[in-house]
Amino acid sequence: MGMTLTEKILARHAGLTAVEPGQIINAKVDLVLANELSAAVAIAAFRNMKGASRVFDHSKIALVEDHFVPAKDAQSAKLAKLMKDFAAEQQIEHFFDVGRGGIEHVVLPEEGLVAPGELIVGGDSHTCTYGAFGSFATGMGSTDIAAAFALGEVWLKVPCSIKLVYNGKLGEMVYAKDVMLKTVQTLGIDGATYRAIEYHGTTVDNLSITGRITMANMAIEAGAKNGIFHADEKTLAYVRERTDREFVVERADGDAKYERVIEIDVDALEPQVACPHLPDNVHSISEVTREDIPVDQVFIGSCTNGYIEDLRVVAKILRGKRIASNLRVIVNPGSQKVWMQAADEGILSVLAGAGCAVNTPGCGACFGGHMGTLGDGERCISTTNRNYVGRMGSPKAEVYLASPATCAASALAGRITDPRSLALVAA
Amino acid sequence: MVAKTLRGHAHKYGKNVDTDVIIPGKYCSIVDPAELGTHAMEGIDPEFSKKVERGDLIVADRNFGCGSSREVAPIALKGAGVSGVIAASFARIFYRNALNIGLPIFESSEAADDIATGDEIQVEPDSGTIRNISKDKEYKAAAFPPFMQSLIDAGGLQAYVEKRLAEKA
Ligand code: SF4
Repeated sequence: MGMTLTEKILARHAGLTAVEPGQIINAKVDLVLANELSAAVAIAAFRNMKGASRVFDHSKIALVEDHFVPAKDAQSAKLAKLMKDFAAEQQIEHFFDVGRGGIEHVVLPEEGLVAPGELIVGGDSHTCTYGAFGSFATGMGSTDIAAAFALGEVWLKVPCSIKLVYNGKLGEMVYAKDVMLKTVQTLGIDGATYRAIEYHGTTVDNLSITGRITMANMAIEAGAKNGIFHADEKTLAYVRERTDREFVVERADGDAKYERVIEIDVDALEPQVACPHLPDNVHSISEVTREDIPVDQVFIGSCTNGYIEDLRVVAKILRGKRIASNLRVIVNPGSQKVWMQAADEGILSVLAGAGCAVNTPGCGACFGGHMGTLGDGERCISTTNRNYVGRMGSPKAEVYLASPATCAASALAGRITDPRSLALVAA
Repeated sequence: MVAKTLRGHAHKYGKNVDTDVIIPGKYCSIVDPAELGTHAMEGIDPEFSKKVERGDLIVADRNFGCGSSREVAPIALKGAGVSGVIAASFARIFYRNALNIGLPIFESSEAADDIATGDEIQVEPDSGTIRNISKDKEYKAAAFPPFMQSLIDAGGLQAYVEKRLAEKA
């Protein structure tokens, strides 16, 4: 019987010729990821494991300082140091301190640490991002990560797969983020729990790597274990530019079995907004803007939309203009490389000139960590992936999720705004 | 392994209780379980840490623990004295984390529906029997998949890893 893309990758990593949904396997991992928060707990668990003194392979672990960087207080500095010391002790090859890295999920692909057909686990729920490259990638908690540090393998239950087929052409000012918000709404917040999402169709074939990253990143917002694209020419060009490591490109079989096949037509799709307080509370922009919704903060960044392509969209909209006087705009480029590229292209000065505060790469306000935490009664429109109660700070704040274009348009107007209205004005 | 009986009062919540409300992001740099416990459920119920008594159980609807992979979420609940969580269903990562750190969890939509805040609850983890003493009712939790059960019986993931390491050595 045929296998899905996820099943193919899992079978190979478990040393089996075939696997089927529900089966428990022991799979070898190609990369284990942790950030300073998940690493702190994982390192403690690792130290408790009798017989574990060295990690399984110091070239297959990536440790990224990103959640509370630069350290927000003595306690977060302590966690950062704990991970740094562990990296030194274990001679971890891929350790990224602030100033040399950025957000883990932006950094790993940039550094060529992710390739098609690989199996990656990470101490962060958005590890599913790497499915954009045709790899199986999933988030886990710290004890599981400690086990992977020690063994170089993890136990997994083979998920069944949902096949999503996207057809049609994206309209003006409509992006991968809008497609994915629509997808999360379609599946529901737990609609893909314990399942893999496999993305198909001409719409996603035409997406850039960044667009696919945005979509794979938010697979977890529908509860999925992983979200995965087939690698194509674009993927191979991106990956080969960054690594000469060997990898195996897998494809789903023609007769693979899917739990469900869902067709999504994007021709008429409008920009989408996830309203408070769930990522699946998604509405079309024309519906949302029927009400006047002023905002106090706009946040541009995160592993969903902190890439150079995203900053270009924002800069195009803000160039030569000023953001509305009653709000603040905070920009966190996703990584040091994104920051430098944006500087080279003059994007950072366009943004700063428009009145945006541009931060050091890192997670920052995305999870209410620091550098843009919301206060009681404040409202934010954000390019991030989650809007749960208290996600960006006060439990009495509200977060709306949208594309960089919708966020930039809202920054100019001071209220949630359809970016297509700007395009009309400009034309 | 015979797990010990859990007994306490129920604190009831709705569906999609996510890890951002179980332990807000700003506290994720804390490592001490007891200190984490003083902020448990703060995002949804600021008074929780004052109300909760050792042994109490959290009862919730679908998709408990969705969102971030932070293992401090189940650790905070344990630190607050919560002896177990009963929910209609659990998000995937939370499920693994809870078992890995030794926070007992039970899946039962019937119990999740029927139990109210304040009900006195007793759970026999081995049989999955949930007794609502206040309402004099009994519910049955879904059994763990066999592999999970063997992992639990072996003493959790840590013991499993130690055994694998010994085999490899
Ligand atoms: S940017 Fe936000 S979602 Fe992404 S890893 Fe950081 S905190 Fe998590």
